[in-house]
Amino acid sequence: MSLIHASAAQLLTQLESGEITSVELTKACLAQIEGADKQVGSFLRVMTDSALEQAESVDARRKKGEKLGLLAGVPVAIKDLLCTKGEVTTCASKMLENFVPPYDATVISKLKAADAVLIGKTNMDEFAMGGSTENSALGKTRNPWNLDCVPGGSSGGAAACLAASMAPLSIGTDTGGSIRQPASFCGVVGMKPTYGLVSRYGLIAFASSLDQIGPMARTAEDTALLLEAIAGYDPHDSTSANVRIPAYSQSVKQPLKGLRLGIVKEHFGEGLDSEVDAAVQEAIKVYKSLGATVTDISLPHSKYGIAVYYIIAPSEASSNLARFDGAHYGHRCDEAKMLEQLAKERAELEAKGDEEELKKLDTSLVRMYRQSRAEGFGPEVKRRIMLGTYTLSAGYYDAYYLKALKVRRLISNDYETAFKNVDLLIGPTAPTPSFAAGTKTDDPLAMYLGDLFTVTANLAGVGGISIPCGFSKSGMPIGVQLQGPPLAEERLLQAAHMYQTATDWHERRPELS
Amino acid sequence: MSESPYEIVIGLEVHVQLATNTKLFCRCSTKYGAAPNTQTCPVCLAMPGTLPVMNRHAFELAMQTACALNLEIPRFTKWDRKNYYYPDLPKGYQISQFDLPMSQKGYLLITDPKGQFEPRKVRIIRAHLEEDAGKSMHDEAAGKADSRIDLNRTGTPLLEIVSEPDMRSPLEAKAYLTELKLILEYLGVSDCNMQEGSLRVDANVNLHLLDDDGKKAATPIVEIKNMNSFRAVERAIAYEATRQYEVWQETKQKIGQVPKQTRGWDDQAQVTRGQRHKEESSDYRYFPEPDLAPVTTTEEEVAAVMASLCELPRQMRERLEAEYKIPAYDADVIVNQGRATVEYYETLAKLGGDGKLASNWVQQEVLRVQKERDLEIGGFPISPERLAELIKAVAGKEIDGTRAKDVFAEMLDSDKSAADVMKEMGIEKVDDSELENLCRELLENNPKVVADLKEGKVKAVGALIGQAKKKNPNIDPGTFRQMCIDMSASM
Repeated sequence: MSLIHASAAQLLTQLESGEITSVELTKACLAQIEGADKQVGSFLRVMTDSALEQAESVDARRKKGEKLGLLAGVPVAIKDLLCTKGEVTTCASKMLENFVPPYDATVISKLKAADAVLIGKTNMDEFAMGGSTENSALGKTRNPWNLDCVPGGSSGGAAACLAASMAPLSIGTDTGGSIRQPASFCGVVGMKPTYGLVSRYGLIAFASSLDQIGPMARTAEDTALLLEAIAGYDPHDSTSANVRIPAYSQSVKQPLKGLRLGIVKEHFGEGLDSEVDAAVQEAIKVYKSLGATVTDISLPHSKYGIAVYYIIAPSEASSNLARFDGAHYGHRCDEAKMLEQLAKERAELEAKGDEEELKKLDTSLVRMYRQSRAEGFGPEVKRRIMLGTYTLSAGYYDAYYLKALKVRRLISNDYETAFKNVDLLIGPTAPTPSFAAGTKTDDPLAMYLGDLFTVTANLAGVGGISIPCGFSKSGMPIGVQLQGPPLAEERLLQAAHMYQTATDWHERRPELS
Repeated sequence: MSESPYEIVIGLEVHVQLATNTKLFCRCSTKYGAAPNTQTCPVCLAMPGTLPVMNRHAFELAMQTACALNLEIPRFTKWDRKNYYYPDLPKGYQISQFDLPMSQKGYLLITDPKGQFEPRKVRIIRAHLEEDAGKSMHDEAAGKADSRIDLNRTGTPLLEIVSEPDMRSPLEAKAYLTELKLILEYLGVSDCNMQEGSLRVDANVNLHLLDDDGKKAATPIVEIKNMNSFRAVERAIAYEATRQYEVWQETKQKIGQVPKQTRGWDDQAQVTRGQRHKEESSDYRYFPEPDLAPVTTTEEEVAAVMASLCELPRQMRERLEAEYKIPAYDADVIVNQGRATVEYYETLAKLGGDGKLASNWVQQEVLRVQKERDLEIGGFPISPERLAELIKAVAGKEIDGTRAKDVFAEMLDSDKSAADVMKEMGIEKVDDSELENLCRELLENNPKVVADLKEGKVKAVGALIGQAKKKNPNIDPGTFRQMCIDMSASM
C-alpha cells in the first residue's frame, strides 16, 4: 500500500523498522495535499516548513535510538480552532484571520510530546458553527467523494483531508456532532469522547459545556492511537476528568464478547434517509453475526435534543464570542472611516435638530464594537449570537435557557437508564448522506436537523463514534454511530474495530483526478 | 435625629481585594504597582481558548471572612458569567456569583463608645467572590483622546460584601466600615489599602420621610460611587441626604417613580455629581459559568475555618476590658489600632503590672510619637519590654509622671534602659522619712498654707510642691501633696 493510503498503525511499524522515514512520509502527504487539495480545499494552511523540520528531527532522534512518543513521525492535521503557538489560528473567521496565539492548546502540546508531525490547519465552519463547512469565511471545502457535495461540518476539512489521503490522522471538535457527521459524510472514523476526557484548554470555545476535541482517522485502530495521545487530565481545564487513561491503542484489538447493543427506536423513523436506514440495518446484522445481542432502547427525550441544543449552544456562544470585540481580539473596523461616518451622522441629525435620534447615536466606542463585529462575523455566527443573547436575556432566561437545562438533564437521564441494560447504543450518525453544496445554506433549520442523532451525546456528555458502514447509490459514504456511557471509550473503540475487521468500507478511497 | 424631617437609610456594598499572591483564575501575580500589562497571561488576557482555574486560597480567605461576619456558608456554590461590554473587561463577561453566592445572611455589630448612636446589628445580605476588571486610562489631553488599558488587575479576587439598608446616619456607615476593615485586617484577608483600591465602597442612600398627607414615603435610591476614604463616605452620604431632601421638597418624587441613579463623589468639590445613567435597566444575561466546576464545601471544612479564626476585634475589646481592668473607651482605642498595637499593649500591661497605666501610656505617649514620627507600631523605637520598666517605676512611685515623660523622651532616641536613664538623670525614689522631713519643714515655714489647708483649700499645697521640687527634684508630687494635706490636719 502506498504511504498516503496506509494507516497510522502500519506507518508506525514501517517507521520503527526503518523501512520509511518520517521525512519521506511527510513529503508524500505534502505532495498529496499539493496535488489534491486544490480540488478538495481541506487545508486553510499547510505547515510545510515546520512539518518537515519536525519530521527531520524525529528521524534524527530515531536514528540515535532515542525513546520517541506514541505518534513519532506521523503527520496529523489540526482543525483551525486549536491554538498553536506562533501559527495563525483563525476559526475560519475573518474575525481571527490574523490571530497568532502565543501559546499551545493542551492537545497541541500533547501531540508535540507524542512527536507527531503537525502538517497543517484544516478548514471548518466559522467558529465551528455549521454542518457543511459552507460557513467558512476563508475557504471552500468539498467532499472528496463528490466535489459537488459538502464534506459535512463543522470539522469538514478535518474529515475531507483523511478521505483524500492527505494525512492519516486528524483532530476535530464536536459540539453537536461536528466530528461524527463529517466523518460519516466523508467515509472516515470520527470520535467524540466523553466530555472532559480531552482537555479543552486552547480550543477556541463555541459552547463550553458541549465542545469536545476528538480524534479522526480512517480506522478505529488509528482513532484509538490518536485518542491515547491527546486524552488525559489537564490542570488548566477544571472541567477535565481526572481519570487514568487506558492504552487504547493496545486494547482496541481485543474483541468484545457478549456485546449488548441497544437500538435507539427514535433514530429510525421520519426524516431518516432510506439508504442510510438500510446501511445501518446491515451494520447491525454484522454485529449480530459477530455475537452481539441487540435490543430496542428508547431515549424518549431525544426528540427535544435539537431544540435544547439550539438554546444552550447559542447562549454559551453569545458569551464566548464577546471577547472578539475589536478592542482586544479580532478584526477592528477602519477607525478613521468609522469616526468620519459617525461625525457625518451627528452633523446631519444636528442640522435636522433631531434630539431624539441624537441621543440614540452610538458613542465612538460602541460604534467601534458594533462595526468591528458586524464586519468580522459571518451570518451564521451572527444568527447564533443573536439567538443566545435573546435566550439569556432577563425576561426570557426562565422560559428558554433554564427550561433547556432541565430538559438536558432528562436527556442525560435517558442515557443513564439505557446503559443499565445495554453496553452501547447503535444507530445512524446522520439522517442523510452528504448533500450538494448550496442546497441547505438558505435554510438553517434544515441544516440544524443534520445533528438530530448526534446532539444528545453532547448534551449528556457521553462518548460517540461514527464508522463507515456503506455507500448510497450515488456513491456517498454512510456512517453508523455507536454511543457509550461516560468514559467507555475503550469499549467504543473495540466495538468499532470489531466491525472493521469484518467489513472493508473503511478501506475504500475516493478517486480524485 | 428627632428634629430632622427625614431619616437617612444607608446600605453599603464593599469590594474587598483578597490578599492572595496570585489571581482568582490564573497564577499571575496580584502585586500592586507593576508596569502596565506586565502581570498578565493568556488566561487573564482572555486569549481565545483559555480557561479559568479557581485559586483555592482565594476561596479559603473568603470563607474566613464569611465566618467572621457570621455568614452562612452553603455546601454548594457555583460561578456565573455576568455579560457586558467594556474595554477593561477582556472576556466580555465577568466571572461572578449570582443566585448561589458562597455566603449569605450574616451581620456585623456596630457600637460607638462615645455613645453617639445606639449599638446596632447591621445585617449582611451576602458576600460573594468575583474577579476584578482591568483599568482604563483615558488620556484626553490635547484632543488626543487616547485610551489605554492596563490588564494587570483583571482577575484579582474580590469579595463583595453587601449589607442590608440598616444604617441610619453617616456616622453609622463609617462605624460599619471601620469595624469591617478592622476585622479584615485582623484576619489578614486583605491589606485594605483604599488608595490602591483594595477596599472600595459604594453606598446606596435614600430618605424616609412623611409626605404632605402625613404618609410614610421614601425618596429614590441613589448609588454613590468613587469614594476613596471613609471620611469621603461619611461626607458624601451627608451631602446626599441634604441634596435628596432639597430635591424632594421641589419634586416630591418617590422611590420607583424615577430610575435608580448613580452619582459619583467629587472629593475636591465635596459634592456628588450625577453620572450618565442608562436608559434601560441593565441586563447582564447571567448564566452558570460552564468553564468552572461548582465548589462544594463540607461541614467539617467550615467548622475548621471557624475554629481557626483569630480573636476578632469585638472579642478582643471585651477581653482587654476584663483582663486589664480598663474602660471600654480605652479598649476600643487600642483594639482599633490593630493587632500589633494590642500585642504591644498586652506585653506592656503584663510586664508593667498596671493595665490602666499601660493603656494611658499607649494612648498618650506611644500613639503621639507614632503620629509625629509616622511610625508603625512594629517600628516603634521602645520595645514594650523596655517601656514596661518605666511603667513599673511610675506604678511604684519611684518617679512621677512628668519626669517619667522626660525619661521616655530620652529612651526614644537611645537604647538605654529606663533604670539607666533614671540614674543618669539622678532620679531615685525619695525615702519616706526624707519626704516627711521635707514636708514638715515646708509646712512649718508656711503657716498661711497650713491655715488654708485646714479650711479645705487644697489648692494651696501647690505652692509647696514647687518649693519641694526645687529642694529635691525626685519627690513624687502626688505623694508629697497627700502627705502635706494629712500632716496639716494634725498641726
